[in-house]
Amino acid sequence: MMPAAARGWSAAFALAVVGLPWYGHEDPFSAFLAGEALPLVFQAGARPWLLPLLLLPAVVQIAVRRDRPRLMVGAAAVALAWLCLQGFAINHRGWTWEWLGALFGGKPTQAAMGWGALLYALAATQLAAVGLARQGWCRGDAFVLGSILLILGAILLFVFWPVMTVLISAVRDNSGNFAPAEFWDKFTDRSIWGLECLSGGGNCGAAWNTLALAVGVGLLSTLLGLAFALVALRTGLRLKGPIRLLSLLPIITPPFVIGLALIIMFGRTGFVTIFLYETFGIPRTRWLYGWPGVALAQLLAFTPIAFLVLVGVLQSVAPSLEEAAGTLRAGRWRTFRTVTWPLIRPGVANAFLIGFIESMADFGNPLMLGGSFNVLSTDIFFAVVGAAQDQGRAAVLGVVLLGFTMAAFTAQRLWVGRARYTTVTGKGDSGVPPPLPLGLRAACYATVLPWLVLTIVVYAIVLSGGFVENIGRDHTPTWKHFLIAFGIDHGVGGWFLSGSAWNSFITTMWLSALSMPLTAALGLITAWLLARQEFRGRGAFEFLTMMSFAIPGTVIGVSYILAFNTPPVELTGTGMILVLAFMFRNMPVGIRAGIASLSQIDKSLDEASLTLGARSWRTFRLVILPILRPAIIAAMVYSFVRAVTSVSAVIFLTTAEYQLATVYIVGRAEMSEYGVALAYSAVLIAVMVGALMLIRLLVGEQRIGRRAANTSETAPVGLAAS
Amino acid sequence: MRSAKTLLIAAAALLASVAMPARADVVVYCSADEKMCRGLITAFTRETGIKADMTRQSSGETYARIRAEKDNPRADVWWGGTGDPHLQAAEEGLLAEYKSPLLPKLREWAVRQAELAKFQTVGVYMGALGYGYNSEELARKRLAAPRCWADLLKPEYKGEVQMADPNSSGTAYTMLATLVQLWGEEQAFDYLKKLHRNINDYTKSGAAPAQAAGKGETLVGVAFQHDVVMVALTGRRPLVTVSPCEGTGYEVGSMSLIKGGRNAADARKFYDWALGASAQRIMPEFGSFQVPSNSDVPVPKEAPDLSSIKLINYDFAKYGSSAERRRLLARWTNEVKGAPR
Repeated sequence: MMPAAARGWSAAFALAVVGLPWYGHEDPFSAFLAGEALPLVFQAGARPWLLPLLLLPAVVQIAVRRDRPRLMVGAAAVALAWLCLQGFAINHRGWTWEWLGALFGGKPTQAAMGWGALLYALAATQLAAVGLARQGWCRGDAFVLGSILLILGAILLFVFWPVMTVLISAVRDNSGNFAPAEFWDKFTDRSIWGLECLSGGGNCGAAWNTLALAVGVGLLSTLLGLAFALVALRTGLRLKGPIRLLSLLPIITPPFVIGLALIIMFGRTGFVTIFLYETFGIPRTRWLYGWPGVALAQLLAFTPIAFLVLVGVLQSVAPSLEEAAGTLRAGRWRTFRTVTWPLIRPGVANAFLIGFIESMADFGNPLMLGGSFNVLSTDIFFAVVGAAQDQGRAAVLGVVLLGFTMAAFTAQRLWVGRARYTTVTGKGDSGVPPPLPLGLRAACYATVLPWLVLTIVVYAIVLSGGFVENIGRDHTPTWKHFLIAFGIDHGVGGWFLSGSAWNSFITTMWLSALSMPLTAALGLITAWLLARQEFRGRGAFEFLTMMSFAIPGTVIGVSYILAFNTPPVELTGTGMILVLAFMFRNMPVGIRAGIASLSQIDKSLDEASLTLGARSWRTFRLVILPILRPAIIAAMVYSFVRAVTSVSAVIFLTTAEYQLATVYIVGRAEMSEYGVALAYSAVLIAVMVGALMLIRLLVGEQRIGRRAANTSETAPVGLAAS
Repeated sequence: MRSAKTLLIAAAALLASVAMPARADVVVYCSADEKMCRGLITAFTRETGIKADMTRQSSGETYARIRAEKDNPRADVWWGGTGDPHLQAAEEGLLAEYKSPLLPKLREWAVRQAELAKFQTVGVYMGALGYGYNSEELARKRLAAPRCWADLLKPEYKGEVQMADPNSSGTAYTMLATLVQLWGEEQAFDYLKKLHRNINDYTKSGAAPAQAAGKGETLVGVAFQHDVVMVALTGRRPLVTVSPCEGTGYEVGSMSLIKGGRNAADARKFYDWALGASAQRIMPEFGSFQVPSNSDVPVPKEAPDLSSIKLINYDFAKYGSSAERRRLLARWTNEVKGAPR
């Protein structure tokens, strides 16, 4: 007897064929009137290549009735394969490849796939999963198999395929012919691998610059983030609130704004520089432009991300272990070194990896402060859009960047290895975290406090810059810039939004809110699959999930146009393509946060739930999800703010209808209208802080039962299920 | 966990609502700045009643986008931005040929641009190359005001001159091509090598040097003169425009129809309207101080005085071709950029 899921999906399979419009149309209403928006059944007469797709749901029905899992898997696989094949072979202009036209003749056309085709693909995937589970794959768990197939399909479609359409041009010359020799020429170019800076004259290649910068920023941001996390969780200092708030600020800031604030402070005419010059006679220099400025801005931007990752990990470290070490007469330092540190090591590795990759992919800061310091991300951007217009070079640089990211990813896995670091178990933990050793505490304070001051000053500039006449020159307060962007006027038809920023503001907010839960869900389910399930090809699966993160946004943007502008999947010009770009670009953060948290949670919890008869979906929902609350919050918060503040990935995807805030801000800054740009940034920051508070309120804090230090009341022991 | 589930379902439902693009009568890709583009589109809709959608991107970005979209074009008209990417797009067959009835009304350089591209593009405005200096910084350094290209080689300007990298910026490439046409290739490269010692940064973006000079982060920034004027006026910075005494090159801001656009008829209406006097007269209102291509429209009074600018006879056919550009850029990268300071 087939499980209920099989019957449900096979019904959906049939519905996709008879109930939903098969093709997508830009104007569904007039398409319906013209008789074009019809389900597959009515299309197949005119388009004979659709007939096999029509027959397969019937085959699946038979397989379900007669309980033939093998037949079901086969039919579903053929359905998927044929769906892809016919979609790629025939587009809106006829045969995609000329030899097909020569073979079959005629000029068949079809539009892009619509809702019917989407449900068809989804149902076929799930039916294959149910069938495979019946044959004993993944211990017969259809939910795990279904998730794997679904996510794999989504990643192949929305990451692998678009990225490949761009990378393929690495082995093509400028007119599109196959030319592998050019790849080698471009790959070994001096501007990528040159080492002139070591011998004194000239600049080093972009690859070395990027690598050095990313390693430095990764290490420093992890250290700073760790110091912040320790201060916030393990000291009596009343800084937790401010640190938590400030830790959110940099990620909710459009990247170029930090660069601008740094120029206003430390530029050649910055107020700190002028002050040092006039008071101490320190000569004014342009030290900010180049790697020091980029590194500083990146540290300001990425330290909070490391903090968010590490604070989650540190919270999950069971204090009773540290107490035990104390009882065994280990000193505080020894306890930290031998107990706490090994437990947070996977978190540290993850924080480093995120800092490293973020630095590599960062585009705004090098553009603003880089000067002659070349990094790969800006080089790629200008290879595409610059005067040389060399897409092949962009692809080659993209390959180098991808290589670096994957190397970091491998190194991280080797370091953390397969060791297990679970401390949240089914057993309750009633320990109290010990205070930090004195030397470590002093070091933490010494790094945290100056950094806090710097961050506060940077944000004071960002937040006030929009409300003075001309920041850095004339500090008369004014609402002028704010009203240009967010004015509301009273006219004949009542109140209306006259400010020029409203349009982009509203679009940005709701597209980002839309992508937020989807990104978090996608990331966390993937994390759970990677951390908890054994299946063949897991390494390759993990590699694919990291791919979109490693490619700079500009390349993703161009690749999305190349891949999704024509049938079979036509999405350009819609809001959907922006949401998808946000989802697949920000998903890796959800994955990393999820894996870091999951690696600390003992598998016995899952096993207990499974033993009690719960299926994997129920276990995931009732056991894993509640423990993952901090990771969920982090993933949601992060995907929301990343969507609001991303520039490079969407700059090619925005249209007149879907304008985005960051694109507007960059446009204003290019025009030297810093007042308007900063006023808009301030509004965005205020709104995002509000939104984050709301999310926290809705989803709630992590409630792992731990005793708080210095309190005598008994904290709830064990895990608080919700 | 119910809240999370509800959130997911709501998001999925909303996602369906953004799956469809909207339709307009004509879609314009605009490569000038946001304010100019917005003003132009609004004026067009007001005067003709045709609904227009506008997406703003730099000219390089627009070129890359049109090229990526060539199998299923999304836009109809490409307005503004420096001429080279328009010529490049014409060379690659991405643009449609159109002879506007207004061609006889245009200034000579605009028509020449159209003829060069076999009427696949046309000039809408023109702006001369030059540089801007920050008068406050100049006073602080107690230097005489620079007037010529040659002044920038003086040793007291060491580390004070900023220009863009011609590999990434059309502005800087115009400078490179201008100097080659002005003095011949050998002497031009000799100049650039000497200038290299005074350069503090080769920026990626062509707009950056004027911005940096406005803020006082560099003394001199090489840019198009109207961009310098724009930074000085809208950014209210102490920036002075210089038109080099030896003579200088210029850009022809262009407009093209995109081949395969869906609204060809309305696109032509926009094209003709944008070449007309009413459209070109409003440009200074939005901070654009270039020379308009319609000969009935006077040069805006804020614009650099044309009679004081010595324009060279810029050969767009030769220096706009990809082969020549690649050769010059390669030579510049090898001989100038990598050299020690």
